[in-house]
Amino acid sequence: MSNQDESPENPPADAPSGIGQSTRRTFLSRLGMASLLATAAPVVTTWAQRSGKVQQQLSTESKDAIPVTLSVNGKKHDLRIDPRTSLLDCLREHLHLTGSKKGCDHGQCGACTVHINGRRQLSCLSFAALHEGEEITTIEGLGQPEKMHPMQAAFVTCDAYQCGYCTSGQIMSAVALLKEPCGPEDAEVKEFMSGNICRCGAYPNIVAAIQRVRQGTKSQKVG
Amino acid sequence: MKTFQVTRPKDNAQAIATVAKSKTAQQGADIRFIAGGTTLIDLMKLNVEQPQNLVDVNRLTLDKIEATPDGGLTIGATVRNSDLAWHPLVRKNYRVLSEAILSGATVQIRNMATTAGNLLQRTRCMYFRDTAMPCNKRQPGSGCGAINGMNRGLAILGTSEHCIATNPSDMNVAMAALEATVHVRGAKGERAIPIADFHVLPGNTPQRETVLEPGDLITHVTLPPPAPGNRSLYLKLRDRASYEFALASAAVVITAANGKIARARIALGGVGTKPWRSTEAEAELTDQPANEATFRKAADAALRGAKPQSQNAFKVELAKRCLVHALKLATQPA
Repeated sequence: MSNQDESPENPPADAPSGIGQSTRRTFLSRLGMASLLATAAPVVTTWAQRSGKVQQQLSTESKDAIPVTLSVNGKKHDLRIDPRTSLLDCLREHLHLTGSKKGCDHGQCGACTVHINGRRQLSCLSFAALHEGEEITTIEGLGQPEKMHPMQAAFVTCDAYQCGYCTSGQIMSAVALLKEPCGPEDAEVKEFMSGNICRCGAYPNIVAAIQRVRQGTKSQKVG
Repeated sequence: MKTFQVTRPKDNAQAIATVAKSKTAQQGADIRFIAGGTTLIDLMKLNVEQPQNLVDVNRLTLDKIEATPDGGLTIGATVRNSDLAWHPLVRKNYRVLSEAILSGATVQIRNMATTAGNLLQRTRCMYFRDTAMPCNKRQPGSGCGAINGMNRGLAILGTSEHCIATNPSDMNVAMAALEATVHVRGAKGERAIPIADFHVLPGNTPQRETVLEPGDLITHVTLPPPAPGNRSLYLKLRDRASYEFALASAAVVITAANGKIARARIALGGVGTKPWRSTEAEAELTDQPANEATFRKAADAALRGAKPQSQNAFKVELAKRCLVHALKLATQPA
């Protein structure tokens, strides 16, 4: 190969220097790119080396695309999307907000939970085109590693996850629950959280994290 | 999923005129209203429904709950299930409705699902939801896979040789016991349909589930004033404690004084092809002593016409015990 300096095996100096500095997502996409380079015809290799072109080629706009304006985490986005795009796919694939997860894609697991106008809803069970003019909040809008929402911090403190796949949905539900008419008992928290499935079974610690934040909120109010 | 157009009508009239062009308002409609989408989008993902045009009714301001001058309640078509269940007037005067809604689905889904959408909720019969299977409701004439198939969760009342699919809604059962009226505006004007007449039995045409015609827009539901001194509740029996459809459920609205029942309204869920009002049970209860013998007679009357299938004979006794227990709870001293 004539242009080895730009190949993924020898990234330019400003790129992350190794797997250790990659996120899981960039690692996986680089892995995909590497296998594409290993198998594709030379012409594709040339495209790939002009950074970013491959992705553009693979995600052509649908011929049925419609204009949709969404407000997500306080930011407005003017998009052109296929009307079939679920709100979840729009968030993940178009806005690259990959914190909301796709579990069942049929409204049964809760991994895709987001807030719409402050209320928790299932982003997989709705089309993005139905949400113009509404304020959508995802886990990214709730807090960031350097400035976590108290519920995110409580999930860390209480070890309220194992694999983490359901966690963003659990946290979005848990934060919404704080404003819902949920009684004080653990049993009531469990009922209010029944739309979020955790296959690792971290339920006791999830309830503990929620109760920790609720008690903190209450004592702050009293104080 | 087949692609579709999204229409955002400016008012009810435009929404109705658009959907009136649909070939049917029933299974397989080519133009559909969409509100919460919790049933419709699920079925579109399964290719069970393939509308070409979705008319978004979420912005038509059909989302109000208001007391009526006679002491009843008006509930807008797009009032979300959560808002209805927690509304102070519903909690106070129509407890059975609040309990029924809160026993179904999850908070997220109740925040999305609407009153009208819940009235039109589709069956969870696995043969209906799987396009590889025969189903007379989805594909008339293809046969019923559930009869002699996997029918543990399916109906025992109101079935036909063509369909035994259960109406899955909890809200509808409470609406039936409360004698709600469904208000519809269509191409030919407005009409008020008693909930008992709104859903139809499968008979020879299981693809028809309601009396709605193309363009018929549910605008609101009204509840009559609460019967003076009544107690009401919803009891739901299911395979797990939360987020599960009913195997059997009972909505009861009872007025009793001095150990005697003056008035009873009874509906069953999880056992019927439509929300199952039982006037037979009501007749057994009215003017009778509020005791277990009376309750058992009422339960026997409610299930007298039951036709169990190969896997759901247990539902006959389960539904009876469900109703008896609900009646005990509704008549025990406060």
